[in-house]
Amino acid sequence: MSLDKDDVRQIAHLARLAVDDQRLPEHASNLSAILEFVEAMDAVDTAAVEPLAHPLEMRQRLRPDQVSEENQRELFQSVAPAVEGGLYLVPRVIE
Amino acid sequence: MSIHTSTVAELSTALARGDHSSRELTEAFLQRIQGQGVALNALVTVTAEQALAAADAADRARADGEAGPLTGVPMVHKDIFCTRGVRTSCGSRMLDNFISPYNAHVVDRLSAAGMVCLGKANMDEFAMGSSNETSFYGPVKNPWDTDAVPGGSSGGSAAAVAGGLAPAATGTDTGGSIRQPAALCGITGLKPTYGRVSRYGMIAFASSLDQAGPMARTAEDCALLLEAMAGFDMRDSTCVEREVPRYSQHLATDLNGLTIGLPKEYFGEGLDPTVASAIDAAVTEYRKLGAEFREISLANTHLAVPAYYVIAPAECSSNLSRFDGVRFGHRCDAPKDLEDLYKRSRGEGFGDEVQRRIMVGTYALSAGYYDAYYLKAQQVRRLIRDDFLSAFEDVDLILGPTSPTAAFNIGERSDDPVSMYLSDIYTIAVNLAGLPGISVPAGFAGGRPVGLQLIGNYFDEARLLGAAHAYQQVTDWHTRVPEAFA
Repeated sequence: MSLDKDDVRQIAHLARLAVDDQRLPEHASNLSAILEFVEAMDAVDTAAVEPLAHPLEMRQRLRPDQVSEENQRELFQSVAPAVEGGLYLVPRVIE
Repeated sequence: MSIHTSTVAELSTALARGDHSSRELTEAFLQRIQGQGVALNALVTVTAEQALAAADAADRARADGEAGPLTGVPMVHKDIFCTRGVRTSCGSRMLDNFISPYNAHVVDRLSAAGMVCLGKANMDEFAMGSSNETSFYGPVKNPWDTDAVPGGSSGGSAAAVAGGLAPAATGTDTGGSIRQPAALCGITGLKPTYGRVSRYGMIAFASSLDQAGPMARTAEDCALLLEAMAGFDMRDSTCVEREVPRYSQHLATDLNGLTIGLPKEYFGEGLDPTVASAIDAAVTEYRKLGAEFREISLANTHLAVPAYYVIAPAECSSNLSRFDGVRFGHRCDAPKDLEDLYKRSRGEGFGDEVQRRIMVGTYALSAGYYDAYYLKAQQVRRLIRDDFLSAFEDVDLILGPTSPTAAFNIGERSDDPVSMYLSDIYTIAVNLAGLPGISVPAGFAGGRPVGLQLIGNYFDEARLLGAAHAYQQVTDWHTRVPEAFA
């Protein structure tokens, strides 16, 4: 798969990454090289193969539905870029 | 005995005999870090004050008769492990300002064992790299030749041990990130079975592949460390509830009758001939120890790197979506709206390789491409895993090179992602399968170390460590130290 500048712009948008317009061709060429490389997998027929998501094929462990964490809001918010009154601040979303 | 070239086991004995206090050892290593060590750029944070306090606490515990084998022995943590009150950067501008509010499970375990953390080791950004060149804090130098890379992503950990800045380090291995730098720096590094060590507090890259492990001079030291690191932890849903063997008590292994497989795919095109002869010589040593060899085939080996470079980026694009400039980490200046805040914080906070992988993963998971890339890679992953399962029906261990070449030069591969990815051609399949693997020093190529890789069956770390230990009893590659850091 060969990607062009517009593809990269769209992927970067989906990934919420600001990418400099001038660097789009470079990204397009690197990403295309990687995709071409991984397409080596197409040579093998896997139609009958069950996908493997997890090496040990474990089941998710369950635990009793009980509160196990104490509230550490102040500690965790101490590393936040902007907080006020226990809330995280971001630019206005609703006008 | 010189402190900075000693093994963990030797330092443990010296502490037990009273030859040194933990404070003396800690001061000696801090001096190395702040002296010769600076040139290596192996550490991004030095926690001298906390280290000396921990050393004093270890000395008091010893005086009270409460010392274990690791009490008072210094070490460094890869900067991917969260350390409470200490910056945890993951090699990224994104977390340059992140002071972790909690400790990783591994950090708590080693601290409870009495180990003294000297600081945090440099690494490829978010563990994405095979050369330590993607770090926000600049490349780490290989102590054997400062023009060479130390490997990655646990390059700072490997260089710290090889350069005598610490006798041991933690690392993480998603596609070879413990074993490849261990090989390139001439030390021993173990990637345990997936699930053996808790991933809690270890910043996630690709969650179905990531695993923490020890890096040190010898297999014996790795055994001591793994014993302390491993164990069940509720907080990691994939951590396995299974007893931890006393690895260090089971090192003496009779190799008579042990069957080792040599995968023909690991000795083909692309393998440096000098590396190949070092591995051949190791095979001869193992034969002398009584092991029997059998040629095996891991037929889908050539698909491991392609499958990995879909699965790892896909998981990374999902894991790294948490870095949004809102709750912690880097935030851009004066965002005009929420989307601008996300995009510029991430665009500024992540380096090129991380952005590349996020974009590959985003693409592979996007509508219309999921089956062609992600599902396909998961199917190939099963084929790769099944190759190992059938090999282990006939052999006890698998042996081969850790890396196709010795350390390459800084800058040599940094412009070509795909050629960099191929550095991990012999290590990546092990992560896809979730198996344990160890890299052991086995010689030199052009003055740079060569690593021998042993791969074991699930949870067979004891046998892996025993086989590596047996080899280290009859060879002295692991005792070599680089001249400039002797």
